[in-house]
Amino acid sequence: MARYIARRIGLAILALAGIVVVVFIVTHILPGNPAVVQVGSSANASTLKAVERQMGLNRPLLAQFGSYLTGLLHGSLGTSYTTGDPVAQDLLNRLPATAELAVASTIIATVIGIPLGIASGLRENRLVDWVSRIGAIVGSSIPLYWLGLVLIAIFYATLHLVPAPSGEVGAFATMPPTYTHSLILDSLISGDWSTLVDALKHLALPAITLGVIETAPILKITRSATLEVAASDYLRTARAYGLSSRTVLRDEVLRNVATRSLTALGVVLGYLLGGSILVEQIFDWPGIGLYAWNAVTATDFQAVQGYILMVGAIYVVLNLVIDLLYGLIDPRIRYTSAGGERRRGGRVRSEPGSTAPMAVSVEGT
Amino acid sequence: MALTGIPDHGVELSPGEGATEPTVRRSRLTSKLPMQLNLLAGSILMVLVVVLAIVGRVAPLKNPLAVDPSHVLVPPGGGHWFGTDDFGRDIFSRVLYGMGTDLVIGLIVASLALLLGTAIGIVSGYLGGWIDDVVMRIVDILMSFPSFLLALTIAVVLGNNVRNVVLAVTIAYTPYILRLTRSSVLSARKADYVLGARAVGASRLRVMSMHILPNAIGPSLVQATLMSGWAILDVSGLSFLGVGIQPPSPELGVQVAAGSRYITNGQWWPSVFPGLAIVFIVLAFNFLGDYADQRLRGDRAS
Repeated sequence: MARYIARRIGLAILALAGIVVVVFIVTHILPGNPAVVQVGSSANASTLKAVERQMGLNRPLLAQFGSYLTGLLHGSLGTSYTTGDPVAQDLLNRLPATAELAVASTIIATVIGIPLGIASGLRENRLVDWVSRIGAIVGSSIPLYWLGLVLIAIFYATLHLVPAPSGEVGAFATMPPTYTHSLILDSLISGDWSTLVDALKHLALPAITLGVIETAPILKITRSATLEVAASDYLRTARAYGLSSRTVLRDEVLRNVATRSLTALGVVLGYLLGGSILVEQIFDWPGIGLYAWNAVTATDFQAVQGYILMVGAIYVVLNLVIDLLYGLIDPRIRYTSAGGERRRGGRVRSEPGSTAPMAVSVEGT
Repeated sequence: MALTGIPDHGVELSPGEGATEPTVRRSRLTSKLPMQLNLLAGSILMVLVVVLAIVGRVAPLKNPLAVDPSHVLVPPGGGHWFGTDDFGRDIFSRVLYGMGTDLVIGLIVASLALLLGTAIGIVSGYLGGWIDDVVMRIVDILMSFPSFLLALTIAVVLGNNVRNVVLAVTIAYTPYILRLTRSSVLSARKADYVLGARAVGASRLRVMSMHILPNAIGPSLVQATLMSGWAILDVSGLSFLGVGIQPPSPELGVQVAAGSRYITNGQWWPSVFPGLAIVFIVLAFNFLGDYADQRLRGDRAS
């Protein structure tokens, strides 16, 4: 176990170091001169030079990399040119809004995906299985951003069931005092019920949009986890000993599904981080995705760099946690994957197409 | 796949009953059915998509780029089947035209990723050693980002044009094929036929291309089929964000983005129709990919 943990942590550190280097390389060849962005294109050459010097852009790349690294070690991600605030603070203030979306959509996807996946696995090739398999294929073929727009067209523009897609609350809502930067939690803490209701109404569509897209992989993984148990030798043995099929299925299937839901979590995380930038743009949701998008369009490169670093770090750290939990729950993983490939039986990484999408190649069907 | 002894309708089988011969045979038969239906649905959709894409290029439809200020945002109806957009352009002909663009982009990305991933994966897996270590560390780093964000970052850095977006998405996808190929190669490397080929003096290149490649390519081909669909979703998602393909090109993601401004006013058609076209193309690839996937697993199991 110790060897497994050490190896996983080592790999994670290596990945983080890689991200730091890659992000620096990538953001320092971004088109557009950030100094020009700050002073405006009409500024004269000497002002531009002064700003460049002030920002350290005239120094050799290696020196810039040095100060970037020292900054990182002090928890600094630089200052955003557009908001004028430290990027780390900007991101932390906006993270709770993205987290609200992530949590709400994952709840929706879990509540639909897991029961349907189990039912589908237990009744292979029956109606329920058909409906959910076709549903999963269709769900992984829908562009996330388009789904968001269709939902707006139906539930806002036609039925008027939800408020306009303009952020977390309506323009006339009272803003509760800031404790957590999550509007839902803040209004809950301060007992501001009308704002809470308004916030939940605003949350509904973006959460459903992401939730529908997340349901497909959760359903597929749950189904294959169920099938895996149903076809297993230990189930046959248990049944041969006279245990009731139902008891066996309930205990074994649920245990296996619980283990595999860690896999699903890793996959869904990739969807969420990739999808948040699209959903937040459509619903004007003030999370890190919208922040990143504004930064990209404004060539605010400290902010872009900070965002990529943060998302990369979140992804690596959470995947590390998932790997470690997996090793804890399922001893087979730490023995079989300690040295070599970790495909079979191990968790599955989120695959491409994470804006929407995809078949997850899970073993076991 | 054979699922024996699963109680149907909540009726409990006595132990062992589920494992009798007839049950096995029946469930094998029925489990073939959805596979065939996947193939059928995928083929029909694909033929439809290809035909429509060709019609969009050769049929005498309205010009997809022709602006008509007197017919702006006309709802779907007789004159314009899918209505017109905010420049008065005919959405029907734009959608058909755009289907060709997206279809070709998806295929190019998947083929490039397949080519690169397979080539590097075979060499890296077969040679092993430090080359393999370096390649796999790079793959690990690339896979530490959600692929859409990786593609977005690369596309922004390289600059806004179709070629760069195709390149960006290809770079984001290649590691997945590479990993898949490499793990097949690792298991094929020790196989008897490879040892046999080496024993009779085949060169490394010959072993890799004639013996390992054919046996390692199956899973990657399946993955590439699915990837064509994902690539369309990602590329159109990037153009929706304004990265990559630019208006007035009738690419489908660009069209959805352009129409999104009017959604809240109830003018749904400029966004809904192009998006629906994306769903159909991706659905075709996903059905075919799902079929190929099950077929491959079936072959493996038997």
